Amino acid sequence: MRTVAVVGASLAGLSSARALRSQGFDGRLVVIGDEAHRPYDRPPLSKEFLAGKVSLPDIALEADDEELEAEWLLGVRAERLDQQGQQVVLGDGRRIRADGVVLATGASARSLPGLSALSGVHVLRTLDDALALRAELESGRRLVVIGAGFIGAEVASTAHQLGLDVTVVEAMPTPLAGPLGTEMGAVVGGLHADHGVRLLCGTGVRRVVGAERAQGVELLDGTLLQADVVLVGVGAQPNVDWLRGSALELADGVQCDSGGRTAVPHVVAVGDCAAWYDGRLGGHHRVEHWTGALDRPKRAVATLLSGDSSGPEPAPAYFWSDQYDVRIQFAGNAQLADSVRIEDGDPDERSFLAVYRRDDDAVAVLAMNQPRLFTRWRRSLAAAPVTAPVTTSATASLTAPVTATR
Amino acid sequence: MLPVCPLSSLAPGEALRVEADPPIAVFHTEDGEVFAVDDTCTHQDASLADGWLEGCEIECPLHASRFDLRTGQVDAPPAKKPVRTHRVLVEDGHIFVELSADEPNLPPGVSVAGQAATGGPL
Repeated sequence: MRTVAVVGASLAGLSSARALRSQGFDGRLVVIGDEAHRPYDRPPLSKEFLAGKVSLPDIALEADDEELEAEWLLGVRAERLDQQGQQVVLGDGRRIRADGVVLATGASARSLPGLSALSGVHVLRTLDDALALRAELESGRRLVVIGAGFIGAEVASTAHQLGLDVTVVEAMPTPLAGPLGTEMGAVVGGLHADHGVRLLCGTGVRRVVGAERAQGVELLDGTLLQADVVLVGVGAQPNVDWLRGSALELADGVQCDSGGRTAVPHVVAVGDCAAWYDGRLGGHHRVEHWTGALDRPKRAVATLLSGDSSGPEPAPAYFWSDQYDVRIQFAGNAQLADSVRIEDGDPDERSFLAVYRRDDDAVAVLAMNQPRLFTRWRRSLAAAPVTAPVTTSATASLTAPVTATR
Repeated sequence: MLPVCPLSSLAPGEALRVEADPPIAVFHTEDGEVFAVDDTCTHQDASLADGWLEGCEIECPLHASRFDLRTGQVDAPPAKKPVRTHRVLVEDGHIFVELSADEPNLPPGVSVAGQAATGGPL
C-alpha cells in the first residue's frame, strides 16, 4: 500500500494517522479535513473552552513535537469516493488517488427545521460553533437549551456558571433515558434543579419566536419561554451523504464489521460516521463517543493494512460528562439491562456507583464522582466474555423503565 | 522529605493520593516498587491515583492517557506532556517522597493552588 487517505481530521482521523505510522505504514499519508483547524479536542467545547478557561492551543490534540509525515489538506471537503474506493474527489476539484482509505468524517449537529435563519440560535459541534456561542453567553442573558442530552446539559451547566438564566427543554419525559435508562436518566437530569436551572420535560418545541433574532421558544403546550440565546442540542447525524453513489453500505453510518471493514475493499471507517457490528447488541451501532474515536482506529488500521478484520470484540462504549462540578462516567450498554442497582454511595449525595445487569451479568456501569471504583468496574466489564443479546431485538428494552433497588 | 505512610498500609497494586500543592499520587506496583508522580493528569483534571495501575504504567481514569511511572513519559495519548515524577524513599518501612523542584505539567485550567485558572487569549 503506497498511499493512504484519511478523510476526516478530528480525533478519529488523527488517531488513524497515528495508528498507520505506529503500525509501520511508511508510504504517502494524506489527511483531509473540512475544517480549517488542526485537530482539536471537542469535549471541552461545551465545558472549559466555552467557559473561557482554556484556549485553542490548550485543546490542540497534537503534541508540539509530533511529526506524522502527513500531508494535511485542511479546509477542504471530500465530495465523492469513487466506486472502487481508490479516489477521493475534493470540493476544489482535486482528486487524491489512494490504495487505502480511512473514513473518519464524523457527524454534524442536527438542527430543527426553520431555525437556521434566526440569529441567536446555535448548535454546538465545531470550534467555530463554540466561538459563536461563547460570544453570546453574557451574564444576565436568558438561554433556552433545546434537548437535555449531554451537550445540552453541559452547555446549561457552563452557562449557569457564567451567570445566565438557563431553561432546558426536553421532549422526552425523562432526560438521557436512551443512554442511561429512565431511573438513572432522572438522577442525572436532577443536577439541573440542584443549581436552580429549570428543566421542562415531556414537551416538544413548536417554534423559535423572533423576526431576525430569536426572542423566545414556544412549546407544543403553548408555553412561551423568553430567550436571548437558544442552543439546539438534539443530537448528531453521521456525515455520510458524500458517500452516496459509492459501493459502501450506508444506513445510520457506514456499515462495518467489528474490525472496521466496510463493503469496499481497502476502505475502513471509524468514529462517529461508522456503524460497526456490535456483538453485545447484536447489530450495527454507531458509537458517538470520544473514546471510540480514540481507540477504534488502531483496530481499523490493522484491518486496512493486513486485510484481516478478525479480533476480539472492541471494549464496551465509555463516555463521561462534567456538569455542575459533578463528574459522570458511564460504560457499557444500558439498553441490555433489566435492572439497575446502586452498589455504592448515594444518588442524593451526587456520589454513587450504579451497576446495570441483565439477569446476573453486569452490562453497564454509571458513576457520579466515583472515578476509582468506576475504573475497576469498567475494566471488569471489558474483561467479561461477550455474549449476544437473548432477545430478538437488541433495542427492545431501550426506553423501558428499569427498576432501581438499593 | 514528605512522609507518606507505612509501606505495609499501601498494598501492591494500590495507589494513594497525598494532599500537597499540587497533589501527589503514590503507587505501589505489583512488583513491589514504589513511585510518586503529580496526581493530576497533564491532559485534563483527573486524579491518577484513581486510575488503573499495570506494571509501571498508570492509565488515567478519565481518558486513558498512560504514563510511565519511572520517567513520567506519555505512553499513550491524549496527554501531550509528561507527568512530573518525585523521588521515593522507603526507610524503616515508611514511604517518603522528595518533592521535585521541576515545574509541574498541570492541565490547562488548573493552577498550582488547585483552583481553575483563567484561560489565555485564543
